[in-house]
Amino acid sequence: MQPLVWPPMANPTLFSLEGAVGIIFLLTIALVVTGGLIAVVSQRLVRAVSGLAICFTGLAGVYYFLLSPFVAMMQLLIYVGAVSILIAFGIMMATPEQEIGPGNAWISRLVGPLGASVGGLFFAALTILGLKTPWQVFPRTAEASGDIEQVGKTLLTSHSMVFELISIVLLMAIIGALVIARRGRN
Amino acid sequence: MLVLNLYNCLQTYLALGALLFGLGVYGLVVHRTVIGMLISSEFILAAASTNFMAFNRFLAPDPSIGQVFTLFIMAIAAAEAAIAISIVIAVYRNYKTIDVEDLGDLQG
Repeated sequence: MQPLVWPPMANPTLFSLEGAVGIIFLLTIALVVTGGLIAVVSQRLVRAVSGLAICFTGLAGVYYFLLSPFVAMMQLLIYVGAVSILIAFGIMMATPEQEIGPGNAWISRLVGPLGASVGGLFFAALTILGLKTPWQVFPRTAEASGDIEQVGKTLLTSHSMVFELISIVLLMAIIGALVIARRGRN
Repeated sequence: MLVLNLYNCLQTYLALGALLFGLGVYGLVVHRTVIGMLISSEFILAAASTNFMAFNRFLAPDPSIGQVFTLFIMAIAAAEAAIAISIVIAVYRNYKTIDVEDLGDLQG
């Protein structure tokens, strides 16, 4: 367990193993931030999906730093491999030929500052909340390691009901998506 | 350099989750197409997963619960994306547009 102090107290030098790990972490954070900005700011949907894929690749690295390589792999598989590709297919099938018009002038002038202020307010408030709260560390229970074996045991013993319900939800989603997307075609 | 030890602090990950949430809210307000709003909502879900993983690694007594919860969030997000894309395709077939300003049939 880490001491959990803010600001960080340990002081690795630049050319040590810990320093290299820190540099890789900063690159991962940069990947997340860059991808997120690309996805949110760009008006073209293909660029937005590329930003989504970049951001989620970086987020997989962040999960790896949080000592859970299994969830990092699942992030790459599900988000980068499935959800981004799905959205890309949606763009290919459902983007109109003409560009999106200027729309309502009032709304389009108002919406940028409004969105920036609301998003910035949420970001600032949540960050200040995270920094100010005195977090309390609970002691680890015995044989709690958090590796893949234990995740599998938790998934199939104490959370098996949710596991089964998730599979039903996925089945319903597959059938519903097929029915909705197929309706109207002869 | 203190900045190289950021990855050992809970607050870094909380700030990252807050940033993802803010970006998602901003995109949800700004984007004018349904697919753009879907992409932004994925960011909000990713922010929730990041917070779960951070608390799971630093604070939780059993560090596998948060991973299981993140896996559930991923499954729900994948189902949601599939449903949303199919609805977008159905809407596009009927209206020939995905601009949210043109989809105003229920507007009073």
